[in-house]
Amino acid sequence: MTRLDALRAVYDRLEGSAVVTIMGAVAAELQSIGHRPNFFYLQHAMGLASSVGLGIALSKPDVPVVVFDGDGSVLMNLGGLSTLARYKPPNLLHVVFDNESLLSVGGFPTATGTCTRLAEVAAAAGVPRTACATTIDEFVKEFAAAQQARELTTLVAKVQAVGPAAFVTDLGLLENRFQFQRYLQTR
Amino acid sequence: MPVSTANSQLIFDALKANGVRVMSALPETWLVHLIHLADDDPEVTLVRLAKEEEGVGISMGAHLAGVKSAMLMQNHGFLASINGIVSGAQLYRVPLVMLISDRGSFGERDPWQTEGGAVTESVLSALRIPMMRLENPARVAYQIRQAQTLAYSSNRPVALLLTRDLMWEES
Repeated sequence: MTRLDALRAVYDRLEGSAVVTIMGAVAAELQSIGHRPNFFYLQHAMGLASSVGLGIALSKPDVPVVVFDGDGSVLMNLGGLSTLARYKPPNLLHVVFDNESLLSVGGFPTATGTCTRLAEVAAAAGVPRTACATTIDEFVKEFAAAQQARELTTLVAKVQAVGPAAFVTDLGLLENRFQFQRYLQTR
Repeated sequence: MPVSTANSQLIFDALKANGVRVMSALPETWLVHLIHLADDDPEVTLVRLAKEEEGVGISMGAHLAGVKSAMLMQNHGFLASINGIVSGAQLYRVPLVMLISDRGSFGERDPWQTEGGAVTESVLSALRIPMMRLENPARVAYQIRQAQTLAYSSNRPVALLLTRDLMWEES
């Protein structure tokens, strides 16, 4: 499964959710499918996408929040999983695209390729629902089930280490940030 | 433990009076009363962190979602948060109100706090983060209000240093 295909497969399910992505390939690929005002791309501050999602989820308990995280970013903030688990916001769906590499910065392997299993790490941290998907069908099924469940879920999607040719898009960082804030004001 | 209960209450009341509803914290001695006050108040969501940098992300999310927040941390927690502050809050122009206990300054007995104490103000200055020291209880509420006002008008982080004179009641 490629991350782009996985994003395409759930794109229509993002309507009505506040969506936070990590930097690099995830942000560029979601924008390539089509930017929407409810998407916020955290283009740096690696590790903090899940924390931003937690801040939104706690502040707007009626708004579903989807975080598109990555293995490199999660590994930078493993403690954040324990904080997510501690507060268990039922409106937060934490998706981790695990390509077992730091693709956006040269493709060097992360520990998830050799030993670390992030769904199990999340479960052991106390996240109440966890799943691991390796095919598009599994991913869509688990994504839909998590949205239905209304319980904090970490969904790890094992994806190929392929990404877009370029990461910079024509959407300004601040333009995106203020547009997203205005979107949340309407919710 | 000679941490000032009265001045912790002053700080907490000022934060609440300014509409702060999310407080993130990682415990440190000078913050114990503040953290208990936040935990006991049903109108405040206390987010207990594993590492202070997470608090930057939580405050960013809260701000984008329209909720005022404050971060309670030791100066070493501030030092541990710098990338989040720079490439999160500053890059995206998000206000942060950081209350930082100023350990390692004059009067410090714990040797392990002293290096952090020596660099805190220089690092804040290098990051262009406006900073005020909270020393006088009579001015605490005013200073917290002024700091929050600047954070929100500039869309940038500000820092309030919680000093020994304010937080520690041991002569």
